[in-house]
Amino acid sequence: MPSPAATYDLGKLHGGLRLDARKSASTGLPIQSPPLPEQLILPIEQHVGEPAQPLVGIGEHVLRGQLLAESPGTLGAPVHASSSGKVVAIEPWPVAGRRGDPAPCIVIECDGEDRAVESADNPAPWAETPPDDVLRKILQGGIVGLGGAVFPTAQKLMQATAGELEYLILNGAECEPYISCDDMLMREHARDIVSGAQILLHALELDCAYIVVESDKPDAIGQLAAAMTDAADERLVLKQVPTIYPSGGEDQLVQLVTDREVPSGGLPTDVGCLVQNVGTAAAIHDWLRRGEPLISRITTITGDGIATPMNVRARIGTPVAALAQFAGGYTDSARHLVIGGPMTGKSVSTDRVPLVKATNCILVLSDLPQPGPELPCIRCGECAAVCPVQLQPQQLFWYACADNERQLRSHGLTDCIECGCCDLVCPSHIPLTYEFRMAKARIREQEAEKARAERARRRFEARNERLQREQREREAELTRQKERAKQAGPDAIAEIMKRKQQDDGD
Amino acid sequence: MTELLVILVATVLVNNFVLMRFLGLCPFMGVSRNLEAATGMSLATAFVLTLSSATAYLLHVYVLVPLELEYLRTITFILVIAASVQFTEIMVRRLSPLLDQVLGIYIPLIATNCAVLGVALLNVQQSTGFVQSVFYGLGAAGGFALVLIMFAAIRERLDAADIPAPFRGSAIALITAGMMSLAFMGFAGMARP
Amino acid sequence: MLIAVLTLTVIALIAGLGLAFAARKLPSNNSELVERVNDLLPQTQCAQCGYPGCRPYAAAIVEDGAAINLCPPGGNDTVRRLADLLGRSESPPLATGPAAPAVAVIDESLCIGCTYCRAACPVDAIVGAHQLMHTVIEQECTGCELCVAPCPVDCITMRAS
Repeated sequence: MPSPAATYDLGKLHGGLRLDARKSASTGLPIQSPPLPEQLILPIEQHVGEPAQPLVGIGEHVLRGQLLAESPGTLGAPVHASSSGKVVAIEPWPVAGRRGDPAPCIVIECDGEDRAVESADNPAPWAETPPDDVLRKILQGGIVGLGGAVFPTAQKLMQATAGELEYLILNGAECEPYISCDDMLMREHARDIVSGAQILLHALELDCAYIVVESDKPDAIGQLAAAMTDAADERLVLKQVPTIYPSGGEDQLVQLVTDREVPSGGLPTDVGCLVQNVGTAAAIHDWLRRGEPLISRITTITGDGIATPMNVRARIGTPVAALAQFAGGYTDSARHLVIGGPMTGKSVSTDRVPLVKATNCILVLSDLPQPGPELPCIRCGECAAVCPVQLQPQQLFWYACADNERQLRSHGLTDCIECGCCDLVCPSHIPLTYEFRMAKARIREQEAEKARAERARRRFEARNERLQREQREREAELTRQKERAKQAGPDAIAEIMKRKQQDDGD
Repeated sequence: MTELLVILVATVLVNNFVLMRFLGLCPFMGVSRNLEAATGMSLATAFVLTLSSATAYLLHVYVLVPLELEYLRTITFILVIAASVQFTEIMVRRLSPLLDQVLGIYIPLIATNCAVLGVALLNVQQSTGFVQSVFYGLGAAGGFALVLIMFAAIRERLDAADIPAPFRGSAIALITAGMMSLAFMGFAGMARP
Repeated sequence: MLIAVLTLTVIALIAGLGLAFAARKLPSNNSELVERVNDLLPQTQCAQCGYPGCRPYAAAIVEDGAAINLCPPGGNDTVRRLADLLGRSESPPLATGPAAPAVAVIDESLCIGCTYCRAACPVDAIVGAHQLMHTVIEQECTGCELCVAPCPVDCITMRAS
């Protein structure tokens, strides 16, 4: 049966893999709402950029939606209280971003009342607000990219408006196995997504938006099509892409939808496209239409280590342990906790870590896939066949082992999106993605060193210039004095000599 | 015209100076670790080859033969080659000091490159016209450049690969050169120079 | 016999004169290469290599054939990069051992404000005025240790960073 309102004219995605989705376990139930936890742990750095600075003190009582921390610099996002309660501590707490190591967090003890902060006088409806003001408002809502990259949305939009934009692309692909939070969002809140898309089109002053979904989500496609029909907005187009990992990567999606290749080292805005996750669009709708900043998100809790896999709408800051409890608790075979998906997630050592803006999946597994012992590379070329960025992982691996920075750069190491496809197909079980991450870190270090050396060199040259200038000025002054003395005549010189002898005598 | 094309194909592929006649092996092994150095070296050698083979031919036909001094052929050619090499070194130092640093002693060593003297002497032996001699020199230079650049590209990859300890360095390089030579034997019989 | 000698002499003379002329008219220009070598050095200007700064060392490498393994702050990485640039097949180990990254720290309780250390710093990383407190700007300090010796009260120490 042909999908309603879906189109098939797509670009080509190179490589990629068809993976076992394993999403059916968590999509059986509608989105659940767990009860408020006793404590909310809010890291001050839940986004790319500078950490936010806390504005509240210990002992202060806060309300739901209240601003707790503000980002000082140009790149960052504010943090809001997810529920009402008392700030009991601002201290290091284990976080998923550091695999269980501590980072500074604001800890709130919830009072259970969940009282909201009073919203300002009725703001003008967004359609009448100028686009720049809409962008500023988005900045205040703490909205970041909810696909997992958590780049501050307002800054991303502002940077994009500086260039030539043609298309807005809403990413509902969700290509990684196990994760189904976007799928459920599209099924149950399709209208919010459509509304968010309209707000974004207004803010970016664009007139074409693609909402892209993978073909293994027919329910979501149906719901979105219905919502779009109701909205009757011709600027929105629904597109369906084949279910290949990693078609949900930003650059890959742009290539699939518009057949334009994002240049090496560049951004989608270089080819006139801007990509936003559907969750981010819904969050923008919540903030601008309902006045609720980013204080909750939908997360998938799944894996064979969880009794009842499901999707939950949980408050940011809820400890993972509380959510696991709500999902029926751990099974006897639960061994490993991964925050994020099986390909790009991070495994953490404790379930005390809180749910943050980046957490799209909580995966509890009985055993991590054991790839087998590492064997020498047999140059089979399978890795190059599956690389979605059209790199040559085999050559990159050899150059990474030889630490040849020049060749690594010229073979495009910095374009690697660390999707993990090459790891999966390698018959010798070589941990390619891990090697590339190490090589990238080494290159970054070398660049930092080079920048330091450059700064030192400039300071040295400035200092030399300063010394030379001072020398020149001294000489000029001396010449002037000699001139004056000569003009004054021999009597003046005799005066000076007499005075000098007197001084020497003293 | 066809004759000139045949000369080119014969000297570049069929009777390649490095892989079939085994002349000029010193820079072939010594400068091929780095692709840029190899390109620079092959350009320098090409320049010397063409210049010296042309000059040597002219000197032979218009000075040595009329004065019946053919027995001075070898020493005269060496004089000409040495002068060309010195001139090339001046040019390289002027145009790219980096290449000068990288190639180091191998630029003056072009004077002792048996391929250069070989081309000059072979030209005279075959007693063809001036244009043919120039093309012969160009072809020899082209063949040398082709093989040197190919070899350098292979060696760059070999450097990063996992070679067993006894084979590292010159050993695997010579084995590779042997295989390239075997491959070039496939051109045998295509053209008679 | 005479003709042979004459011919050779004439050819040699022509060649020699031509080369002398060419050498005069086409002088070599090393400044770009010196710049490239200088870019690879860590710019601490510490003079531990025996040359009064990074650019003089770069010039010595290019023009005087100085060894490439004399820079401790650069470490073995810099030696390797220099060897790669200059096409050397071997990259010798550092003549002295590699220097751990360090920054200078002034003990403020001992500082007398004499400005000797400020004058010694090649990158102006010390702020202070005559008879006023001096301090090291940690971000700009390259760890060259040139300020330690001039201090008359020995209040500067190196701290590993």
